[in-house]
Amino acid sequence: MLGFVKQALSRYANPLDLMHFGIMGMNQRNVNYIGRYNPRRLFPLVDNKLLTKRMAMEYGVNSPYLIGTVEDVHDIDNILEILGDKQEFCIKPAQGSGGKGILVITGRQGDSFIKGSGQNINMHDLRRHLSNILAGLFSLGGKQDIALIEDLIHFDNVFAGYSYEGVPDTRVIVFKGFPVMCMMRLSTKASDGKANLHQGAVGVGICIRTGRAVRAVQHNAPIRMHPDTGKDLFKLKVPHWDEVLTLAASCYGMSGLGYIGTDIVLDKDRGPMLLELNARPGLAIQTANNAGLVPRLRLIEALPRRLSLNPQERVAFAKEHFGVYLE
Amino acid sequence: MVSRGLFYIVTAILFVTGLLFMIYQHVTFEVPFLPGDQREVWSVEAKVEFDPTGNGAATVDFSLPAVQPGFTQLSQSTASVGFGTSYVMKQNNSYVEWTKRNPLGLQTLYYRAEFLRDDSATASSMTIPELKQNTEPEPFATAMREIADAAMQRSSNPFSFTVQTIDELKRQPEIASLLLSQYRREELIVHILELAKIPARIVSVLDLEDARRNRALSSRIAVFDGQHYEIFDPQSGVSGVRDNQLIWKNHDGSLLDVQGGQNAHVSFSILRNSVAAAQAGSLKVQAALAAGEDIVSLSIASLPLEEQSLFKNILLLPIGVIIVVFLRIIIGVKTSGTFMPVLIAMAFLETSLLVGLIGFVSIVAIGLVVRSWLSHLNLLLVARISAVIITVIAIIGAISLFTYKIGLTEGIKVTFFPMIILSWTIERMSILWEEEGYKEVLKQGGGSLFVAVCAYLAMSSAAIQHLTFNFLGLQLIILSLVLIMGNYTGFRLFELKRFRPLSDKIKNQLNGDEKELEADRLKAERQNIKKLFPDTRPRDYFRRDKEEYKSRQDKD
Ligand SMILES: Nc1ncnc2c1ncn2[C@@H]1O[C@H](COP(=O)(O)OP(=O)(O)O)[C@@H](O)[C@H]1O
Ligand SMILES: [Mg+2]
Repeated sequence: MLGFVKQALSRYANPLDLMHFGIMGMNQRNVNYIGRYNPRRLFPLVDNKLLTKRMAMEYGVNSPYLIGTVEDVHDIDNILEILGDKQEFCIKPAQGSGGKGILVITGRQGDSFIKGSGQNINMHDLRRHLSNILAGLFSLGGKQDIALIEDLIHFDNVFAGYSYEGVPDTRVIVFKGFPVMCMMRLSTKASDGKANLHQGAVGVGICIRTGRAVRAVQHNAPIRMHPDTGKDLFKLKVPHWDEVLTLAASCYGMSGLGYIGTDIVLDKDRGPMLLELNARPGLAIQTANNAGLVPRLRLIEALPRRLSLNPQERVAFAKEHFGVYLE
Repeated sequence: MVSRGLFYIVTAILFVTGLLFMIYQHVTFEVPFLPGDQREVWSVEAKVEFDPTGNGAATVDFSLPAVQPGFTQLSQSTASVGFGTSYVMKQNNSYVEWTKRNPLGLQTLYYRAEFLRDDSATASSMTIPELKQNTEPEPFATAMREIADAAMQRSSNPFSFTVQTIDELKRQPEIASLLLSQYRREELIVHILELAKIPARIVSVLDLEDARRNRALSSRIAVFDGQHYEIFDPQSGVSGVRDNQLIWKNHDGSLLDVQGGQNAHVSFSILRNSVAAAQAGSLKVQAALAAGEDIVSLSIASLPLEEQSLFKNILLLPIGVIIVVFLRIIIGVKTSGTFMPVLIAMAFLETSLLVGLIGFVSIVAIGLVVRSWLSHLNLLLVARISAVIITVIAIIGAISLFTYKIGLTEGIKVTFFPMIILSWTIERMSILWEEEGYKEVLKQGGGSLFVAVCAYLAMSSAAIQHLTFNFLGLQLIILSLVLIMGNYTGFRLFELKRFRPLSDKIKNQLNGDEKELEADRLKAERQNIKKLFPDTRPRDYFRRDKEEYKSRQDKD
């Protein structure tokens, strides 16, 4: 009997340990961070990609160039005018999530388009996709939506082999403008090219000071190699690291949200770019970094309120305190 | 943001007020906290409605409930604005009589009575009907005789004759349909019994079911063998009254007589209360002492019955809600739709658990299949949801029809399921299926069902029903508990499991070039910062300003 109880208990962590390590739970995140630092009225700014993008343009935050928007049936008829002579672009629903409804076009011959996967589609298919987006097929709860057309991102070659099919993005948690924790999400065969951790994507914790990989996990378990490409994940090092962090840090002043997850991609030519913001970032980043979020957050909460720093200074502070590698 | 202190004070006030309320009720009205040994008290309210014919006085006679074995009537009362009320005897039968000189517009009259379920009650006001001669016209008389002859062959006494008559009507559908075109079934059976010289009478019974409104009486046949009688269901031929059937009218007079009115209509509301056995005894005595007075004063009993039976279910809702809050915030069970499980649990209360579970699982399963087919059609959301709603209604209809046909009357109760909510559940689950796979669907569906069953078990417990119905203060206590849980920032039980590997890993291994645990290092740095900037709290600024101000004043 006692043995049984012991065995059952051994599958649960000791809450005191978790508190000591500063691991953040769902309730703490919701009440103490999202509830306290993210004003409800600002949520639409991040839930709607068009608003995010407009805001980014206004504040000079680097993000993929907006070619145009499709807001009603009239715009669908005029799609050729909107596209101009763009050869490569990406169409996405403003209120989509999880990669739904995203159409990547990498080439074009007149009225025929080449999808990212190499498939050919014609004008008719394109129009149908647009009207599906407008009708809300991809947005949460089926709300009517609009479509964004933006420049294609050319992903930086340094990540070749680190990701299966999909492209890696960098998630930085930004608290009151300080980048506190970072992870890269690499898609795998199991995750179907999507970068969602619970679907089997690999999460790689990234050292804030150096941009080097700290630890990699898949399905909550540590791994060393990418399961599909066999590449050594610990050799991963994010280039333009300072720029990535500064970009992330400047999202605070722009959005006004105290606790956000920023998704950043690296473009071959234009460097780090903001892809989207998330007002309810998940907790798995802690597992990827083998560290709890709370000590880092509380360090920042302890800073005096009147202290106002610019993004570069905040990045410097974060690099000083939250690094794992010395260089 | 509201300050923490204020929040805790408000919560504490709510909790204490609720508790005081409960204690007050316990002390002054002697309502016990636990239901103890329970006896049933059924409150029945008859609502009579009619339109006055316009000119002159109206007189309404309404038959009073019969005295019968198994029930003791505790009290009766009437409510009727502007009517004179009296209890009268008409042809040896008791009636309540309402009278008014000049009624205008729709009139509503209430008669209310309370019955204690009482096995020691044996008195009966049933009289033996006098035997009538069968004088029905042809060809019906011959047809009746034919049925009677066949039934006579196969029976040995008045009761088996009745059963055989009902049976024979089923066996000879042509004759039956001829007769039924002329007579109501219960009338017909009484006429056939006349042929066999068996005294019989149509009585009206009320099915006692908790928290029902708008019920009507149904007909039964009382068949006599000398002094002794038995009651039969004219449809099925089943004999006897069930425990929860109350005979309302056991005489040949009319149920409702309206002079000076038209479109008269009577409907019944029923509510079950539980009283402790000890209390039940004294109630009986009191009832005997003050016949006709409203004595049984149960907490919200001052409301009309119809509202009370609504209230009874509404008051249970917070119990379900607090269970959902607990399971989601403290345990971390995932459900699809926040309060969907509570609504499902409410439906279970009507259907009983097993039928409810089977109904729910089959509706959702069939719904998912249909929905997956719909998703190929690329419909818009509104159309898709509407299609799912119609499908759900069709499934529910099919299930109730099918189960009814094979004789499971319980099945008909699946109509209590909240259809719109079920449709949304199906929609959400099917999206979940497409995006996250069937595992997540099973997890959330199972979670919802688990929460629903927990909520059902709590809401169906006699003790909890007793508490919620009798102590309104409990609602305040539940509110304060919900508020407290809404502020819980600790770990969920499932998170302890989720973070177990992480916790082990952090314990065993330092990251990168680190020399000590990051949490410890950051804690030390935090304390350093606090030392560097000691006055970071607003009240410190305030204090400093005040000191500065003072010192400046001193200088002046
Ligand atoms: N402009 C683009 N060029 C190329 N690929 C893109 C572009 N925008 C998005 N993607 C791809 O789509 C994925 C999801 O995009 P994102 O904006 O994060 O939408 P969601 O909110 O649906 O996750 C990205 O990880 C990337 O692979
Ligand atoms: Mg994304």
